[in-house]
Amino acid sequence: MLDIRIPIGFLFAVLGVLLTAYGLLTNADTALYTKSFQVNVNIWSGLLMLVFGVVMLLTVKMGKKS
Amino acid sequence: MGNALFQLQWIDYAIMVIYFLFVLGIGWVLKRYMKDANAFLEAGRSMPAWVAGLAFISTNLGALEVMGMTGSGAKYGMLTTHFYWIGAIPAMVFLAIFMMPFYYGSKARSVPEYLKLRFDEKTRGLNAILFAVMTVLASGISMYALALLMEKVLGWNFNFSLLLSAAIVLAYTYLGGLSSAIYNEVLQFFIIVIGLLPIVVLSLHEVGGWGGLKESLAPIVTEKGFAADSYTTTWKYTGTATGNPLGVEWYGILFGLGFVLSFGYWCTNFLIVQRAMAAESTTAARNTPLIGAIPKMLIPFLIIVPGIVALVLMNNPASGFSITENGKPNYDLTIIMLLKHYLPTGVLGLGITALLASFMSGMAGNVSAFNTVWTYDIYQSYIRPATNDKEADARHYLKVGRLATVFGVLVSIAAAYLAGLFGNIMDFLQTIFSMINAPLFAVIFLGMFWKRTTGHGAFIGLLGGFLMALLHHGLTVPAGATTLVKGGWIGVVHTYPVEMAQNFWTAIIACAASALITVAISLSTKQRKTDDELRGLVYSLTPKIKEDHVAWHKRTNTLAIFVLVMMLVLSILFW
Repeated sequence: MLDIRIPIGFLFAVLGVLLTAYGLLTNADTALYTKSFQVNVNIWSGLLMLVFGVVMLLTVKMGKKS
Repeated sequence: MGNALFQLQWIDYAIMVIYFLFVLGIGWVLKRYMKDANAFLEAGRSMPAWVAGLAFISTNLGALEVMGMTGSGAKYGMLTTHFYWIGAIPAMVFLAIFMMPFYYGSKARSVPEYLKLRFDEKTRGLNAILFAVMTVLASGISMYALALLMEKVLGWNFNFSLLLSAAIVLAYTYLGGLSSAIYNEVLQFFIIVIGLLPIVVLSLHEVGGWGGLKESLAPIVTEKGFAADSYTTTWKYTGTATGNPLGVEWYGILFGLGFVLSFGYWCTNFLIVQRAMAAESTTAARNTPLIGAIPKMLIPFLIIVPGIVALVLMNNPASGFSITENGKPNYDLTIIMLLKHYLPTGVLGLGITALLASFMSGMAGNVSAFNTVWTYDIYQSYIRPATNDKEADARHYLKVGRLATVFGVLVSIAAAYLAGLFGNIMDFLQTIFSMINAPLFAVIFLGMFWKRTTGHGAFIGLLGGFLMALLHHGLTVPAGATTLVKGGWIGVVHTYPVEMAQNFWTAIIACAASALITVAISLSTKQRKTDDELRGLVYSLTPKIKEDHVAWHKRTNTLAIFVLVMMLVLSILFW
C-alpha cells in the first residue's frame, strides 16, 4: 500500500519551495506585507513546509533501511 | 467577480491547483489496491494507528467546524475549549479502552452491523437507514455551505463551485474508497495546521501576546456584564449560568457536553468510529482515538485563540476588522475575515486551500461512511445477500460500493440544492437526526456491558429515546427563538436561556429515557442470543485484553493516562 508520508512529503516540499521563492521575489514589496507587520510570512511558512516535507520523506527512507 | 472578498493572485491559485492535483493523485495511486469490497469499504483494515488517529479527528475538523468554532471563540471565549477538552477527551478515552475491543474484535464492518450481531436485524435496520439519510444530508449541507462560501469569498459561480467540489470528492472516493478518504483527511489535517499557523502568530503578535490579549479583553467583556477574565478562563465562572458567556452551569457542561453529547458523538457515530475500525490491529484500533486526542486538545490554540483576538479587533474601529453583514455580526465569517486581515498573497492561497480542503474531506468522509453502510447493512442485508462464492461476492460488492459512492454524491448534490431552497427545513432535519446519537449511546453501552440487554429492548429503547428527544424539543425553546425550527412546535412549557442549554438537556433526556426503556423492556423480554453468540460482543463474556507483548509506551493504558493527564494540565492552566 502507498505510504501516506510520501505524498505528504512531496506536497509540502513542493509548496514550501514555491512559497519561499515567491517570498524572496516579493521581499522588497512593503505594501504586500503591511498586513503581516512587515514579516515576510511567505518565506517563514514556505521554509517550515519545506522542512516538514523533507522530514516526512526522510522518515520513510530511514524506515526502509531498518 | 468584482464583489468577491478576496482578489487571489496566480500564486494563490497555483497552491490550490497543486494541492488538489495531489488529492486526486492519491486516489489514482490507490486505485490499484482496490481489488475487493473489503479494501474499498474498510481500507483493508491496514491503517497504522497514527494515520487512523489523525483521520479520526480530521473527520471532525471539517470547515463548518473550523468556521463555527472560530466564531464561538469570538462569542464565548476560552469556554469554547470545553468542546475540545471535557467534551471530547473522556469520550475518546472511553471509546479506546472499553468500546473499541468490541467494535474491532467482533469483526463487524460497521456500527449498524455490530447492532445486528449484538441485538437483532430490526435494530440494525433502523440505525442503518437513519445513518444513511443523515450522512448524505450532512454532506449536502456542507456542499451547499462550500459553494456559498466560494461565491462570496472568491466570486466563483455557485453552480460551478458546487459541481466542481462534488466532482473532486467523487473522483477520489470512487478511485480509492475509504483509504483515499482517510489519506486525504491526514493531508488536510497538516495543511490546515500550516495554513492557520500564521494567523495564530500574527494575531497574538498584534494584541501583544496572551497577556496583552487578556488586557485588551477586560474593558470589552466587562461592558457585556461579565468578569474581566471570563473570556480567558474555562471553568472559573461556571458556578452560575449567567456569570459566563456560554450561559450554562458547570454541571450542564459536565453531564450534557462532557458525558451525553460527547459520548453519543465520539463513541457511536460510525463516521468517526469507521476510522478506528480501519486500523491494522486491535492495539492500533484502540490507540487510534488516543493518538487523535493529542492534536485534538491543541486545536483550540489554532482556531479558538484567533477567534478571541477577533473579538478584540472588532471592538477597535481603528483595526478595520469587521464581521458585520447586513447590520448584524455573522460569526461564521470570523475565520474568513481573519484570513483577509492578516494574510498577504501567497500564504493567503494556502489558508483558502486549507478551508476548501476541509470542506471536501468532510464530504468525502460522509460519502465513504454512507457507501459502507449502504453496501453492507442495506444492500447485502435486504437486497442481495452474500452467496457461497466469496470471490465473486467481493467483486460484486466492490462494484456496489463504487455505485453507492456515485449515488451518495448525487443525492448530496440534490440535498445541497434543497438546503438552498428550504434552509430551515434542512436545519430542522439535522437537529432531528442529531437526536439519534444520545439514545444510540445508551443502547450500545447497555449492550456491551449488560449481557441481559435484548434486541426488543434495544429497538424500543432507541425509538423511545428518540421520541422523548423530539417531545422535549417540541415543548421547549431557547430565549429569543424566532422560528419553530428551534423548538416549541408542540407548545412552550419551558424557555432555556441559550440554545446550547436546550441541546444539552435534549440529549440528557434522550439518553436517560432510552436507558430506562431498554432496561425495562430487556427485563420483560427473553434473551434470544446464547452466551456463545455474545462472545466478543459483551464485556463479561469476552477474554480481557493483555498488553504484555506491546512495548510499554505503545500500550493503550499508557497512552490513555498520558492523554487524561494532558487534559487535566490544560484545564488547570486555563482554569
